[in-house]
Amino acid sequence: MQENELIPHLFRTEYRKIIAVLTKLFGMEYLHAAEDIVSDTFLQAAETWGLKGIPQNPTAWLYSVSKNKAIDFLRHSKLFNAKVAPALKYAQAAMHPIEIDLSNENIRDTQLQMMFAICHPAISPVAQIGLSLNLLCGFGVEEIADAFLTNKETIYKRLKRAKEKLRAGKVKIEMPPPAEIDSRLDTVLTTLYLLFSEGYYSTSQNTTLRKDFCLEAMRLNLMLLEYQHTNTPAANALLSLMCFHSSRFDARIDKNGEIVLYEEQDEKLWNKELIAKGEYYLNQASRGKQVTKYHLEAAIAYWHTQKEDSVNKWENILQLYNRLLQLEYSPIAALNRTYALSKANSKQEAIIEAEKLQLKHSHLYYSLLAHLYMDSNKAKSIENLEHALRLAKTEQDRRVITQSIAKHFPGTSLH
Amino acid sequence: MTNEFLLVFRRDYVSKEPPLSPEQMQAMMKPWQDWIGSIAARNKLSNPGNRLAADGMVIKPNNVITNGPYVEIKEAIGGYIILKADSMEEAAELSRGCPILNIGGNVEIRTIIPMDN
Repeated sequence: MQENELIPHLFRTEYRKIIAVLTKLFGMEYLHAAEDIVSDTFLQAAETWGLKGIPQNPTAWLYSVSKNKAIDFLRHSKLFNAKVAPALKYAQAAMHPIEIDLSNENIRDTQLQMMFAICHPAISPVAQIGLSLNLLCGFGVEEIADAFLTNKETIYKRLKRAKEKLRAGKVKIEMPPPAEIDSRLDTVLTTLYLLFSEGYYSTSQNTTLRKDFCLEAMRLNLMLLEYQHTNTPAANALLSLMCFHSSRFDARIDKNGEIVLYEEQDEKLWNKELIAKGEYYLNQASRGKQVTKYHLEAAIAYWHTQKEDSVNKWENILQLYNRLLQLEYSPIAALNRTYALSKANSKQEAIIEAEKLQLKHSHLYYSLLAHLYMDSNKAKSIENLEHALRLAKTEQDRRVITQSIAKHFPGTSLH
Repeated sequence: MTNEFLLVFRRDYVSKEPPLSPEQMQAMMKPWQDWIGSIAARNKLSNPGNRLAADGMVIKPNNVITNGPYVEIKEAIGGYIILKADSMEEAAELSRGCPILNIGGNVEIRTIIPMDN
């Protein structure tokens, strides 16, 4: 790997590890100090490696330089007297080296603890996602801004406020006590779910970055499964869901970054390995009696890996949506349920149900109505497509609708 | 204003129902799931409720306990759900698709009065 690729690569993989270990050592109120130390270390790497060449073990170099900087910081700050000195009271304080443990085990444990610290109920979900991307995944402000389609200043301010909350909340970097793990894990899973969705449904044109977000969410989820107390059915179900969805990543976006609709996807591009992994984690999730929304969504995603239409497939999907909506309403689940109803029962029944939904702000609602009316009432179908076109907010959505009009109703002039 | 409404399903109690096969069970559940799913898809479901078993007891004053099944009760309660709706009329409209109506049962709708009011 060339030097100009190596440093960004190491930044992505090592920044988060060193940050977590140092912040745990200093305490959350010194998060900024840990960030400064790691940033300085990478700056120094860029300067030194450019002049003297890349060291034999770049990661070890980064660990050792950041350790030295951390020791300097501790020696020169009040923190040394408050935190480190008492622990060294009976040792030869001045001579004794300060332990900074950057072993694989400690990095792994600390990352897991950091995940729980960031996904703390006191921190708002939006702030949790930003903090996760920055501190757990090592994404910079620029990348986060790119994915959220906003500017760097906005993200910078958002992260700054979120970090202030972490400090003010005196959130400890540790595993919650066993009795609290389940409820705290709920928040962690919600954040990972949102993190994944951010990558999967983002309208950003940067496909590589979007995929990276999804992979990071999966990596963090996998870390949860490696620890006995967080290896729960819900955590397995969420990873299963992510595997099934990401199996279609290459099929759902074409060369130009455009979304390819499910019906039009080339199933040869579906990743069989990820589908198999999804099935594995769904089986793991089926231990015990708990059925969470992740179970239901994973099962729905499983049925979508069966490309061929069958009554059985759509009846299963319909019943899963029926249950999902009973657990938690969402407009998108209501629309998908109605689509499944048209496939499992009949278009006529689905039309009656769809007319009752009245999701008048959603272009997807009118696209669904247009689809349901397509065979039985051309005029209504076109009318609904036009309505959808007026409501669509992104260029991409408008293109999908115009293409649908051109395909099904060639020669139609739009009103 | 959105209120909550309790829907109670009643039907004639059949004392000796033959046990259902898994297929029959699924066929019986589908209309219920489709109906409740339809209410939930309109964001009008407050609580999916429960089905109730046939056996039970009635406790009366002076320690009088009656064991079910209640041969004297023509209309036994089979289950309940809780809706949220803007009015009794809307709750009634939502109840019209209830599968109990197809097997000779009925739905009783009651407005829930929150405890803190």
